Amino acid sequence: MAHNSHSSHAADHSELGHIIPFAVYRNVLIILLILTIITVAVSRVDFGVLNIVVAMAIASVKAGIVAAYFMHLKYENPIIWIYVLFPIILLFLMMGGIFVDNPTRRDPKIYYEVPAATENQSATNH
Amino acid sequence: MSHASAQPLKGPPHIHHMDSVTAYHAAKLGMWLFLATEILLFAVLFTAFAIYRWYNLEEFHAGSHHLNWILGMTNTAVLLFSSFTAALAVDAGQKGNNKAVVKLVGVTIACGAIFLIIKYFEYSSKYHHGYFPGQANYLEFKNFLGLYYCMTGLHALHVIIGMGLLTWVLLKAKKDRFSHDYYTPVEIGALYWHLVDLIWIYLFPLLYLVG
Repeated sequence: MAHNSHSSHAADHSELGHIIPFAVYRNVLIILLILTIITVAVSRVDFGVLNIVVAMAIASVKAGIVAAYFMHLKYENPIIWIYVLFPIILLFLMMGGIFVDNPTRRDPKIYYEVPAATENQSATNH
Repeated sequence: MSHASAQPLKGPPHIHHMDSVTAYHAAKLGMWLFLATEILLFAVLFTAFAIYRWYNLEEFHAGSHHLNWILGMTNTAVLLFSSFTAALAVDAGQKGNNKAVVKLVGVTIACGAIFLIIKYFEYSSKYHHGYFPGQANYLEFKNFLGLYYCMTGLHALHVIIGMGLLTWVLLKAKKDRFSHDYYTPVEIGALYWHLVDLIWIYLFPLLYLVG
């Protein structure tokens, strides 16, 4: 994980951040572009409800690669990892709660659907 | 405090209450904390998307087919490439190569402009076909399009802010301000730009492909 000592191959290192070879950046870009094409291709296949799961999984792989290499997260201190992880944990809590809660609810449309008798009156509001 | 305010600051080497290594790490930590709040800002919109999609699944599918995925994919490639040049700009900053920073940050800003131009064409096409809020066809996909405009609009605002931030970095690099022991603005600006890219990585499949 995040280990702040300099690796031996980075001879021309700066004393502040980690130097990553150009080839790594180039390869990361190529992988990201390939994953983008895969995202589009996979969305053409019908997995039913799993389509959005697959799309978000590929997006998360891409986001992880961007964070690890472009944002140098791979070489950062554990304290920065904590800063990155806590909003993700909060997001999962919020999303998780919603995915558990949603199926227990009736269609919310019945709460704001306009009764047939007053439909003509409220139509003027649009 | 009075001592610090008496002396005009000409750049971080003159900040005398912190050595440059500590200042660099403190600035980066602060930036990551800010990025955490940015993720939470967009998290609310993604959560809203999840709720409305649950109740309006067919509308979301139909609405997403109204978006031009080729333009969306082009914009994804543009932003990924701009993230690549931003990362290279940090690398050039780490090596104290100000000329390379100017070029690479310039390319990054140009990519941001290309992104916004493509976005403008997408929005104006929606407007001409009457899918803007307040227009006739908007109500057909009001839940999907409302979230589409909120999410891409907030994202576009971030692109604009990022371009401003990077312009400031570019001007500093033109004045030869960066060296191997001071390139904090390049790194901070690039981190912000990468976040803009990160969010788009999720927005593209969510809005244009799956719906």
